[in-house]
Amino acid sequence: MSSVISVRGLGKSYASGHVALHSVDLDIEEGEIFALLGPNGAGKTTLISIICGLVTSSSGQVLVGGHDIIHDYRATREAIGLVPQELHTDSFEKVISTVRFSRGLFGKPRDDAYIEKILRDLTLWDKRDAKIMELSGGMKRRVMIAKALAHEPRILFLDEPTAGVDVELRKDMWRLVRRLRETGVTIILTTHYIEEAEEMADRVGVISKGRLMLVEDKDALMHKLGSKTLTIHLETPLATIPAELSRWNLNLKSEGGDLEYLFDARSGEGSGVSALLREVDTLGIGYTDLSTRQSSLEDIFVGLVHAGDVPAGTEGVEGEKA
Amino acid sequence: MSGAAVNWRGIAAIYRFELHRFGRTFWTSLMTPVITTSLYFIVFGSAIGSRMAEIDGIPYGAFIVPGLIMLSMLQESIFNASFGIYMPKWTGTIYEILSAPLSPLETVIAYVGAAASKSMIVGLVIFATAHLFVDVEVLHPLMMLAFMAVIAISFCLFGFILGIWAQSFEQLQFVPLLVIMPMTFLGGAFYTITMLPDPWRTITLFNPVIYLISGFRWTFFGQGDVAIGISLSVIAAMLLACTGMVIWVFRTGYRLKK
Repeated sequence: MSSVISVRGLGKSYASGHVALHSVDLDIEEGEIFALLGPNGAGKTTLISIICGLVTSSSGQVLVGGHDIIHDYRATREAIGLVPQELHTDSFEKVISTVRFSRGLFGKPRDDAYIEKILRDLTLWDKRDAKIMELSGGMKRRVMIAKALAHEPRILFLDEPTAGVDVELRKDMWRLVRRLRETGVTIILTTHYIEEAEEMADRVGVISKGRLMLVEDKDALMHKLGSKTLTIHLETPLATIPAELSRWNLNLKSEGGDLEYLFDARSGEGSGVSALLREVDTLGIGYTDLSTRQSSLEDIFVGLVHAGDVPAGTEGVEGEKA
Repeated sequence: MSGAAVNWRGIAAIYRFELHRFGRTFWTSLMTPVITTSLYFIVFGSAIGSRMAEIDGIPYGAFIVPGLIMLSMLQESIFNASFGIYMPKWTGTIYEILSAPLSPLETVIAYVGAAASKSMIVGLVIFATAHLFVDVEVLHPLMMLAFMAVIAISFCLFGFILGIWAQSFEQLQFVPLLVIMPMTFLGGAFYTITMLPDPWRTITLFNPVIYLISGFRWTFFGQGDVAIGISLSVIAAMLLACTGMVIWVFRTGYRLKK
């Protein structure tokens, strides 16, 4: 598998003793959209900042396109565009000048046609001669994206791209990300919105307290997402599951007081819930209540994040098997 | 692309950006030193100067020209260079510089080069202004230009370090106001150190600015407070010290990278 970014044993600890990253291993594949999901302070930005050259790592190695980010920083940084989370802009500059500046800064010759294309794609063309300070927050974010794309990077980092962004811009952003992917750009975005990861990503990595807890294809995660549990609270507890119900995937819980049915809400054949309930009626098993529960990415996420200090076995789960 | 030894376009981008920043405040930033020096010439050159004896055969009005140019250039260099790097730190736009394929040396060349260019312009404008008030001739014009360039670069390097070190606007102002200002005023811009009584004369010799102004005055009149060789040595030492500090800053990522 061709991984465009390869992170090995990456760690970051500060002089204060705070450990921001614990030996992270991660492979990003060429052309994919990868979502790094985690709560605030989990280490998402630290990880990105190390790869982009803003923060020095304490241990480990990062290769971008096969080049080491420290020894071969010119090659790695030329390949990367970064849109940071905060709106850092030069207030007095004109939109088009600041985007041209970014292109030059990364060593690319001036190309007005390309700059025009970016500005049009981001609906900034009409504002090209406006000073950045005159723009709204959403427009400023578009400017930051234009700057990041100005040198035609192969890899784009979007740190919390839609934090505090209105619906329209969010949709625009998603469209833009897909369009970029079609041109072969690899995109890594961080977010704490699960919805965003679901909407955009090919793969999802969950990071918490500086550890990468899981990396999985989004579809596999969505599959887990699709599983639902129906709990039937029985009037009188059962000792065993009646043979008539054996074709359903059932479990007895709460010392026989609850009957649990695990099913896939997404599968084509339907849930089988009504058939099960009819059969239960037929058998004369009384129940007082029904409840269903859907395991969401959020559940998986919260489960992982609140696992507290992680058991050793789950540390540094790698996603490169794909 | 990645094989390019030097990112000239990156250097040019920062250099242009910085000059453009100066350009936005072109008139105020140029008029301030011009008006200030004009006032000095009116007060010290014409009003008081006419009553002063010649110093080493040089009319007082002409005598103070090199010192005044140096005074403004030192202040401009430190101010411009420290601001140039402090602002991106303060606004956060430094992220882009740090993430760019730019070596530390290239970054310094771009920022310090731009600030030093502006200092040169200011110095030359003051030089031209001086001619409106006094007759002054330059004995070694090429040396004068070289001197201005080296001083501008040294003090811009110093300002660059200051800008990286500073964590607030207060700190940014503190060093120029409380350290550099007194040093330049006591640096012999308005007098020769031979005019000072003895304990002060010896103390003054510890002020590096003395050597700069003396050396610069030498390029005008062929004479200074101290031998030109000593002046050049002090300037070379300053240049080396500042360069060393800048290298250290980038090696360690001091106050630039976390």
